[in-house]
Amino acid sequence: MTDQFLRSRRPGRAAAGSKASRHGEWVIHVILAVSAVVMVAPFVWQLLTIFKSNREASQMPPTFLPEDPTTGAFATFFGSVPFWAQLTVSVAALVLRVIGQLAVAALAGYAFARLRFPGRKLLFGLFIAMLMVPSQLFLIGQFEIIRDLGMLDTIPALAIPGMFSAFGIFLMRQAFMSIPSGFEEAARLDGAGPLRTFWYIMLPMARPTMAALAVLTSLYSWNDLLWPLIVTPRGDRRPITVGLAGLQGQFGTDYPTLMAGALVASLPLILIFLALQRQFFSGIASSGLKG
Amino acid sequence: MTTTIPSPPLRQRKRRGGGLLPSPGWGYLMIAPALIGLVALYVWPFLTTFGKSFMDVPAFGPATFTGFDNYTELLGDGRFWQALRNSALYTAILLLGLPVAIVLAALIEQVGRGRAFYRVLFFLPVVTLPVAVSMVWRFIYNGDFGLLNYVLSLVGVPGQYWVADATFTIYAVGAVGIWMSLGINLIILGAGLQSIPQDLYEASSLDGAGRVRQFFRITLPLLSPSVFLVTVLTVISALQMFDLIFVMLRSVNNTALADSKTIVYLFYEKAFVEFDQGYGAAIAIVLLMVIMAATLVQFRLQRRWVFYD
Repeated sequence: MTDQFLRSRRPGRAAAGSKASRHGEWVIHVILAVSAVVMVAPFVWQLLTIFKSNREASQMPPTFLPEDPTTGAFATFFGSVPFWAQLTVSVAALVLRVIGQLAVAALAGYAFARLRFPGRKLLFGLFIAMLMVPSQLFLIGQFEIIRDLGMLDTIPALAIPGMFSAFGIFLMRQAFMSIPSGFEEAARLDGAGPLRTFWYIMLPMARPTMAALAVLTSLYSWNDLLWPLIVTPRGDRRPITVGLAGLQGQFGTDYPTLMAGALVASLPLILIFLALQRQFFSGIASSGLKG
Repeated sequence: MTTTIPSPPLRQRKRRGGGLLPSPGWGYLMIAPALIGLVALYVWPFLTTFGKSFMDVPAFGPATFTGFDNYTELLGDGRFWQALRNSALYTAILLLGLPVAIVLAALIEQVGRGRAFYRVLFFLPVVTLPVAVSMVWRFIYNGDFGLLNYVLSLVGVPGQYWVADATFTIYAVGAVGIWMSLGINLIILGAGLQSIPQDLYEASSLDGAGRVRQFFRITLPLLSPSVFLVTVLTVISALQMFDLIFVMLRSVNNTALADSKTIVYLFYEKAFVEFDQGYGAAIAIVLLMVIMAATLVQFRLQRRWVFYD
């Protein structure tokens, strides 16, 4: 269903109609366009502000276009924030989390979907139960474990808890369950063991789901604030979210600089989204889970 | 591709594991990483939180068992009730945004060309860092030179200190919450809309039903399972809101923050700033109970308004 939703080339309901409904479509476009303007207005305002001076950005009434466009905000931002260090931390944590998540979820998802072993249903039930508990319930214990392992202020500390998501296992299990069992039987007749079958036959067929899971995990990883805030007390291994939140204390109401930082920190994920829209949409549609 | 909105495939369930490989060794081996992580980082921390909620845990030194003390303290704490009210209000505001999402989803569905364009556009806030988004909105909400007050002044409405006056903070943050989650809701509702059979519309057109009538008689009832899903997810995530408050309200001299904390913000502050983990744990357990209760009530109520065929 999701895939059909994403690929759908079917014409809009109005397009097939008469002249009267063409008129209707015009009204619809106006409503949508107005909503779209409201949706992007904050982004436009952000972009315009970046090129203003701090004085111009904080005057009333505000100017629309920058009077004297300047890129000073970027210079201030890059000059005073360890941006590249923070970016490296964010990227490294993201990569680690995505790889770990895919490996863990694919293996367990396959076992739950295709292998029979005592306690299978009970264990799967346990995973699903954890899915329903809000993440704050785990934070205190997770923090203690990370601290006791001496891993505070490290990149693995940022990534590890997120690797084990019941949601990922659930998603992969659904994917494997829908692959016809004939493929496995054929592989088995050819003498392939479970691991070979898993790696060479099943995993490639589950690739679309893995891609969707990977982009969703990236989104959560990149955007997460509370957990990084907790496990980076010293502050020299902070990801971009924490760094950006701290920027406000540093620059107070220097809005052009703040807006420039906000743009630069958001841009990587926005670009990934524009390149991989379909995976994002199918991930969201299949999960419904919100970051 | 196989991803659908989660629903257990009935046929496979009936077969009771038929066609599965009987392979206990591989089975345990393959779930081992997941199981170790789950137990160490989820089950155990959960039990820790539960246990600590009955203890007094000083920042240094041993914890002592204090029974329900944390909970009684919590129930008598005005700040806790304030936080609960704020979270409830924020959740209610986000639910008010759902009709907008439903109408927009239906309108996007009507469009032939440009559908993909709108989807991407409405989704942009979802993929933008919440911290970044909060900073932009904080600027727009600024009481002295914010864009919102300027626009309001054009139509003669007096400006306000939206994120510095506790009368308005939750509403201001709630509006951002609606704006941020609209893209996700549109995708889920869009998938629901696509599954409504087209011929229902054609048949009712022949009977002379107009668009508006079709929306209320066909679209809304048949979309109700998706609306239910979105409602449940919205309530669960809204009750856990943290980062918008953290970025938009926190500053040295913002006195409005004290009256605008949400449950999770209070939890963060108690457990990780003041390091009163026993009290923090009790807040987390109460949050779990609130979310479970809210979800349960919705599942009870769904019989009245959700149509399954």
